[in-house]
Order: sequence, then structure tokens, then C-alpha cells
Amino acid sequence: MSEALAELRGVSRVYQKGKERVDVLHELDLDIPGGDFLAIMGPSGSGKTTLLNLLGGLDRPTNGTVTVGGAELSSMSNNQLSNWRATHVGFVFQFYNLLPVLTAQKNVELPLLLTNFNARERAERAAIALDIVGLSDRARHLPRELSGGQEQRVAIARAIVSDPTLLLCDEPTGDLDRGTADEILGLLQILNREHGKTIVMVTHDAQAAEFATRTLHVDKGQLESRAAA
Amino acid sequence: MRILNQVLAVTRLNILNLPKRIATSMVAIVGVAAVVLVFAAVLSMAKGFERTMTRAGATDTAIVIRSGSTSELASGLGNDQVLIVETAPGVLRDGGEAVVSAELYVLVDIRKKSNDSAANVPFRGVGSRAFDVRDSTALIEGRMFEPGKNELIVGRAAQSEFKGLELGAAIKFGRTEWNVVGVFAADGGVAESEIWTDVRVLQGAYRRGNSFQTVRVRLRDTGAIAGLKEALRNDPRLDVDVFSERQFYSTQAEGTSTFIRVLGYPVTILMAIGAVFGALNSMYSSVSARGKEIATLRALGFGPLPVLISTIFESTLLALAGGLLGGAIAFLAFNGLTVSTLSNASFSQVVFDFAVTGDLLLQGLVTALIIGLIGGLLPAIRAARLPVAQALREL
Repeated sequence: MSEALAELRGVSRVYQKGKERVDVLHELDLDIPGGDFLAIMGPSGSGKTTLLNLLGGLDRPTNGTVTVGGAELSSMSNNQLSNWRATHVGFVFQFYNLLPVLTAQKNVELPLLLTNFNARERAERAAIALDIVGLSDRARHLPRELSGGQEQRVAIARAIVSDPTLLLCDEPTGDLDRGTADEILGLLQILNREHGKTIVMVTHDAQAAEFATRTLHVDKGQLESRAAA
Repeated sequence: MRILNQVLAVTRLNILNLPKRIATSMVAIVGVAAVVLVFAAVLSMAKGFERTMTRAGATDTAIVIRSGSTSELASGLGNDQVLIVETAPGVLRDGGEAVVSAELYVLVDIRKKSNDSAANVPFRGVGSRAFDVRDSTALIEGRMFEPGKNELIVGRAAQSEFKGLELGAAIKFGRTEWNVVGVFAADGGVAESEIWTDVRVLQGAYRRGNSFQTVRVRLRDTGAIAGLKEALRNDPRLDVDVFSERQFYSTQAEGTSTFIRVLGYPVTILMAIGAVFGALNSMYSSVSARGKEIATLRALGFGPLPVLISTIFESTLLALAGGLLGGAIAFLAFNGLTVSTLSNASFSQVVFDFAVTGDLLLQGLVTALIIGLIGGLLPAIRAARLPVAQALREL
């Protein structure tokens, strides 16, 4: 495994809920090597998703630094973070977050609108991404015409279409049955092994975590490392 | 280019999503439509009134009126004064005869067809050259009155607006009965609201002796008015004002059209404020309904600016739709609608058409766009500042 793609140093995240102070993450250090497939597990409210959001530049640490691919996210402006996300990171959500009015193909093309590709190039790249996830024949379908597993495949195609180094998956199989979940996890494994994507996956599901190369447990804002099964 | 792509993409999504938010979108559209409708309707009254008053106004016709008179009713000229005007420089001559019409102007009570209320209708005694001193005025039905007889011809607008003026009808004013023998048109101008007869007959019927109120003069050309003014002002036997017909009528129109405007603009502004709240409500609902979508796009790397612009664009688009709707209704319902009102200047009824003109519709649309911009701005800022992580978690 190569040197760290992402580094978190002394990261704390505190939320203010009215007068109450909630310490979600507490002085956390973490290195994620390039090519890693890391599963993050932990009970609800343990800070898993917050950790993922910090890695994806969707949230900022209260203290500490988050560095991904040499870029220190905590020092970037909102616009810089948007631009960075567009090229360096792909998100996969539990409920897919596809735009219901767009076809699978157009959903996948969305991140390419943030690049300088023209319409033809965008269509070609989206077609390749859909082919990788095995959904070329569903390109013209709207999300409501797809099954849950197919929707998540489209979401994965959208996450990889601009060829980011890092994929961040938040409970990617949380809404799927076991068989479909295993297919999706298998696909993530392929993306990790064959396409060299670094994947960080938050999950509740121990079986899902088995697809990762290693698993970290978060509890009360702290990390605990265990080897993958 | 990337920003433009983003703006177009997010705007397209907003528009594709509109059918799902049809109810709240309609609140904004109908609100703006009502503003533009009222705006165009009220101001089309002022426009129509002005148009009717000024359409009559030629620049190569002069009106001679007693000095200081603010209306024809308040004026008075003797026969000797009329003769002086006829021989003044600048007056057009036809076969040695001056093209002028010395006129007397009284008001008669006639009932309106619309609501049977009594209205002051101008009854004008005119000379034989009455048609020659007015542009685009012509008999369109029947015949000219015969001099010396109790016959009258009626303006087209007066005939359609007031009772008892049908061709061939007899109508009584005071003790005298008059026969309607003809109908004339004046290209929609103010003269169409009048009734005309031979000035000598009118003088007799109303015991005005040999007096007149105005002299209408056809000038040799537009520039001749300066010479006429100069000559009449310097004549010690006269104490008169000389106006071009256009100037005379636009001064007469000013009071009434200003009154309508003074009424129209504040009503429009008040309604526009209401419509801004309608648009705000609609756009806040839109931003709220699209929260997940906006958060997802932001997570994918879309910037806050395209989200902001596209939200304002959506609001402006809704307002524009409302503006077009309101403008179309105003045009279909009011343009050309004939009404009459009392002119402040002449104390008589002027029959005119609402005029929903292109520039009024344009002003209405600009008002709609301003409402859309203001109504969309705050929701757009909220959309652009949406905390992405929190929004993704809540949805």
C-alpha cells in the first residue's frame, strides 16, 4: 500500500445544539493510504458520518487538520472546496441521492458539468462509467424505473465518472437486501482492486465491512483499529 | 464556461421540478399577474384618455380663446373679434375665404346607456368650415345638418355611449327639439364625444346673441402659429390666447391623466409589495423542497453561485410568466374598452378607449421582473448557504 492519501491530525468536531455542546470527534489522528478500502464502523452518533464529511470537504474540523492528496482542506474557502470535491472525491449515499427528473445517463453526467468536457465527451464518459457498473442498458431510464440496487449502481457510476482518487460511501448498502448489497460491495471491491480507487465506507453492517481491506471502529469520537476478517 | 454549465444545469433541474411544485409556483405567478393586470388596466385608462385628447390635436390648427380662460366654457368672443381673427396673418385661405370655424360650446344632459346616469355632453355650434379645421373628421352616416335648422350631427363615440342619439331620432334639450341627421367620426379623438349643430342656431336656442367661445383656425403651415400669436397679441382690440390644437388638448388632458396615474402607481406599488411576499413564500418552499437536490449537487462540487443564480432565475421566470399572464388578461379584457369620464378641464364627458399599449406592457413586465428578483434573492441566498453536511443528514 502506498503512502497516505489522506491524513487527519488532531481533528476535533464540536457541534453546538442550542446551549448544549456535542463533541462528535475528539483529537482524532488517521492516515488513509492510497489504494486503501477502509470500513468505518461504530454505533449511531459515534461520528462516522462526520468523519466521512470531513474527508470529503463537506464539513470543517473545529480543531486539527484534514489533508487529502496534499491539499489541506481546512484552509480552503467554500468555493475552493467545491472545486476540489468536483475533481478529487466521489460520494455514494445510503439513499442514492439521484435526481429524479434526470435519466441514469444524465445523473452520471452531472459531475462532468464541472469539467471542461464538451457534451459529446461527457456522454462518452458517462457511458463508460455506466458500463463499469453494468448498467449500459439502463442509461435512458429514470431513477423511478430502476431497482434500489440499480439506483445505487448509477450513484456509483456518478461517483467515479470524473475519475476521483477517493470514493466516500455513507452506508452504501443500508437500503438494500443482502444479495443486492453483496453485489454493490463486490463492485466497490473491483473499483478498489482493479481501478485503484481509495475507498472509505461507513457502515453498520459487519458483513459489509468484510469486503474492505481493513476496518476502524469509531466510538465516542475516538478510533479503535482492528484487522479485517 | 463551467459556471455557465452549472447555472444551466441547476436551472434546468429547477424547471423540470416545477410541475411538482405547481401549487406554490402558482401563488407567485397569480400574485404577479394581478399586479401587472391592475397596473396595465389603471394606466391604460390614463393612456387611452391622453390618446383621445391628443389625437384630436393637430399642429397646423390653432385655437383662439379669451385670454386667461382655462376651458372653452369659460371663454367668450364677440363677432367683431372673430372677424379680426379671420383676417389675421397665418390663417389659411381657400378661394379668398378664411378657413376658420367660430364656435359656441354648451353642455347638455344626456343619459348614459351603461347605467342611465345623467352626463354632461358637449353640444357644439360650429361654422360651415368645421370639418376643414379638423383633421380626420368626416361624416360617416346620414348627412350634414342644414344651416338654420334644428338639426344636429353626433360623434360616433357619443352615439354609442349616450341614449337617444340614433340617426333619425329627435331629442329635446331644454325647450328645443333637435333631429339627429348624421354621424361623424374623428379618428377616435375627443370630438367624437360631441354633438354638433349650426352655431347660429345654437346661439338662438341658448340666447347667446352673436357671441362665440372659440375660433378654430386652419394655419397656412405649422410655423404660421408664431405669426398669428404675434399679430393677435399686438392688436389692441383683442385680449386672446392662441394655442396649437395639440397643445390645447394635451393641457386639457393633463389633470385627468395625472389623477389616474396618482391613483395607479401607489396601488401598483402596494400590490407589488404583496406579490413580493407571494414570490418569497413560493421560492422558500421551492428551496425547501429542493434541499436534498441542492445538497447533493453541492456535494458533487457544484458551487454556491450557480445555486444562487438558478434560484433567482427560477423566481424571475415565474414572475415573468405572471407578468405575461397579467399583461395578456389586461390586453384582452381592457384594450379598446370604451368608457367615458368627466374631463376636469372641460366639465364634459369624454368618451375614450382603454389603451393597453406596448410600453405599458413593457413597464408591467419590468415590474414583474423586479418582483421576481426581489422575491428570489433571499431564498436564493438561503439555498446557496445551505450547510451541505447538515442538509444531507436531515434528508
